[in-house]
Amino acid sequence: MKHKISFVGALSGLLSAGLAHADELNMTPGVTAISQSVYDLHMTILWICVVIGVVVFGVMFWSIIHHRRAAGHEAAQFHESTKLELAWTIVPTLILVVMAVPATQTLVAMYDTGGEDMVVEVRGYQWKWQYKYLDEDYNNAFSFFSNMSTTQDEIQGRSAKGEHYLLEVDNPLRIPANRKVRFLITAEDVIHAWWVPDFGIKRDAVPGMLNELWTIVPEPGVYRGQCAELCGKDHGFMPVVVEVMEEQAFDAWYAEEVANEAIRKEALSKTFTPEELMAEGEQVYATFCASCHQANGQGVPPVFPSLVGTEVVTGPRDDHIRLIIDGVPGSAMQAFGRQLDAAQIAAVTHYERHAWGNNAGDITQPKDVIELSGQ
Amino acid sequence: MSEVIHADHHDDADHHGSGDHGPEKGLARWLFTTNHKDIGTLYLWFSFLMLLIGGVMALIVRTELFQPGLQFVNPEFFNQMTTNHGLIMVFGAIMPAFVGLANWLVPMQVGAPDMALPRMNNLSFWILPFAFGIMISTLFMEGGGPNFGWTFYAPLSTTYAPDSVTFFIFAVHMMGASSIMGSINIIATILNMRAPGMTLMKMPMFVWTWLITAYLLLAVMPVLAGVVTMMLFDIHFNTSFFDAAGGGDPVMFQHIFWFFGHPEVYIMILPAFGVVSHILPAFSRKPLFGYDSMVYAVASIAFLSFIVWAHHMFTVGMPLAGQLFFMYATMLIAIPTGVKVFNWTATMWKGSMTFETPMLFAIAFVVLFTIGGFSGLMLAIAPVDYQYHDTYFVVAHFHYVLVPGALFSIIAAVYFWFPKWTGKMYNETMGKLHFWLSFIGVNITFFPQHFSGLAGMPRRIPDYALQFADFNMLSSVGAFIFGFSQLVFLYVIIHGIRNGKPAEGRSWEGARGLEWTLPSPAPYHSFTKPPQVRDEEVHG
Repeated sequence: MKHKISFVGALSGLLSAGLAHADELNMTPGVTAISQSVYDLHMTILWICVVIGVVVFGVMFWSIIHHRRAAGHEAAQFHESTKLELAWTIVPTLILVVMAVPATQTLVAMYDTGGEDMVVEVRGYQWKWQYKYLDEDYNNAFSFFSNMSTTQDEIQGRSAKGEHYLLEVDNPLRIPANRKVRFLITAEDVIHAWWVPDFGIKRDAVPGMLNELWTIVPEPGVYRGQCAELCGKDHGFMPVVVEVMEEQAFDAWYAEEVANEAIRKEALSKTFTPEELMAEGEQVYATFCASCHQANGQGVPPVFPSLVGTEVVTGPRDDHIRLIIDGVPGSAMQAFGRQLDAAQIAAVTHYERHAWGNNAGDITQPKDVIELSGQ
Repeated sequence: MSEVIHADHHDDADHHGSGDHGPEKGLARWLFTTNHKDIGTLYLWFSFLMLLIGGVMALIVRTELFQPGLQFVNPEFFNQMTTNHGLIMVFGAIMPAFVGLANWLVPMQVGAPDMALPRMNNLSFWILPFAFGIMISTLFMEGGGPNFGWTFYAPLSTTYAPDSVTFFIFAVHMMGASSIMGSINIIATILNMRAPGMTLMKMPMFVWTWLITAYLLLAVMPVLAGVVTMMLFDIHFNTSFFDAAGGGDPVMFQHIFWFFGHPEVYIMILPAFGVVSHILPAFSRKPLFGYDSMVYAVASIAFLSFIVWAHHMFTVGMPLAGQLFFMYATMLIAIPTGVKVFNWTATMWKGSMTFETPMLFAIAFVVLFTIGGFSGLMLAIAPVDYQYHDTYFVVAHFHYVLVPGALFSIIAAVYFWFPKWTGKMYNETMGKLHFWLSFIGVNITFFPQHFSGLAGMPRRIPDYALQFADFNMLSSVGAFIFGFSQLVFLYVIIHGIRNGKPAEGRSWEGARGLEWTLPSPAPYHSFTKPPQVRDEEVHG
């Protein structure tokens, strides 16, 4: 008997320790009604399993202790019992029905995507997220990319790791508290999965498909998650960060972003100085190019070619621009014409042709890019 | 004592019929053999080698994950290691080990002289070293080997794959051909070559589970061949099966893959159920409880395995009705699985148990497999699965059913039938040491992964956020304990073959079944005349 008690004691000790450090050991209850009901469902099933486990393993260990030959136990020779076998088929069936009812209710609630206050398109790229805010007519109001902001120095152990190591981004998704936000999830290249544990939602981002999710977050705050579907080299380095803002603050930010979008559109017809292009180009490069071609332009040949003194950056400028716009089909080089506007492409082209000792001696303006792409 | 005399009687019968030619000498014996025992041995040693190679890959993964940050390997190589670890363990270690056990045991357990198709048996083994030679060689090719996970989801495995993916596809085709031939052979042997009096419902459980497994293999390996062929066409012949830009559908890949993949999961566990159903009764000295319901449970699990595949895809974006169907169907699997666990417990109940190494592994199987079953039931609940999906909780779940599940049953089987195969007893103390090191190692490795998964750690990442650090370190320590304790296993086997004490025909007092009526080691040609099937000798 002592063994059994200590076994049960150890198990419940482990579980209560688990509850004490819930964020490290157990699923988060999260901050939304859905995440709370998911958590409750999880705990219900966990406890049902624990009880069944304690009973079955208890019987087994009692038998192991008492029905040993070393304890002088003679073997009985029974080998069936219709009543018992029926019982342990029917009782589990009933337990499963008890589990299925709340599971079905929660699932139905999760699928209720209608009646939203706003729509955000979430688009997965290797290896970043793009957030597009859609207006009432499902047109793009404004959009931006969200890249991990943890530095290579932290990853490689050359500097101390910050509090939100690997779970921090340059531009978080911003949504208002207390409003129903509907997400349309898709991807540009391979399959990714968009996941915010605190909201209790996760959905695959599949190229060519639009998946739906929704959430209503009552509490402003910053919520962190990660890509949850293997998407290649930097799968571990594309976090999801959502900043939930007070409603008024969100509305002000939204209006400002719409205004900025108008300014960005204006930039397309401007002419920049080489210094402006280098400064802007360096930023674009760091965000979109450096994860493959590396910050020093050396790449990782042969998969990710070098940009230092190679044919692309010394050859004709228009070929260079076309390569960035169209990408290289069947390789990791994406068609950036769909991710960057003409001003950004012009800047990054100029930057690549003049950084790291490259010196093509030409200049690239947004209008050159527009001519080539027909934007 | 009467049992020993009985065994001698069979020994005589065998020698009259066999024309007593023994094995050939040297390498030719192994290259050209059509003997089920030799081929079983080849399969088992091959799978052990694969276990070590796949294990080294796992240790590379666990070394990188010992601490946050990138220390030892880059993310590209990390992905190749996780992918090849999975592929090698599934297709190279677990599956061939069970085929090896089937080769050794099925003919002896049904009272047949050999497998029904001995030449094909030779071919189905000898394909494997070439298939895995090709697959492992891709790691040394330009651009690296498979890096898209063992589930190789398109388009990561097509448009975005390294060039070597073509070799990977060819290797999968070869493995599939080997498995299909192996299963045809097993089905033909079981259905046509049973000794008179061995009706289907008197067959040993291992034979039953393998018969059903062989049908699963026949049904799904062609589906796997189909899906990799579609990949091949997408990569080289400009089709767009899985490319949305050309009108294809990446999700269709997953449906086809998991239509293969879920039955595949049971292919790796049903023979384990068979093994345990022999070992528990033997060391409890009591017949298997509920033989009939065990058979029906295995058949139900096999049937259900065809209609639950999309539970691997709950987050892919299915209609509500689809989610509900796959959730309910998956939950149903708990019923026959529960029946099996309850029956095993009832088999032990009121027995007269002793705890030799095979029994220890078998009991650990029942307990730890059940824990994997519990997490499986939790994963079946679709709305909660959104939180578990693609996290370490899933990693913990399937490693609990595959390592202390499938692998422990294989190890238990090797210890249990070792005296029959070699005529020697292994060293019991060393066997127990192997058990306890493995048992402790496996739990330290995989139990903490439940927690890191629930706390939100995605799978297949080379680096992780700081809150997961403690459990990952623990897990890595466990992995090294578990990995190196398999060298103890190797030692016990080699020491047993060389220096073990001679074993009796019925090496374990409680063991029942036709194989135990043969002398140990089993003669090179056994049951050349069909044995008499006595009811007390067969389960049922």
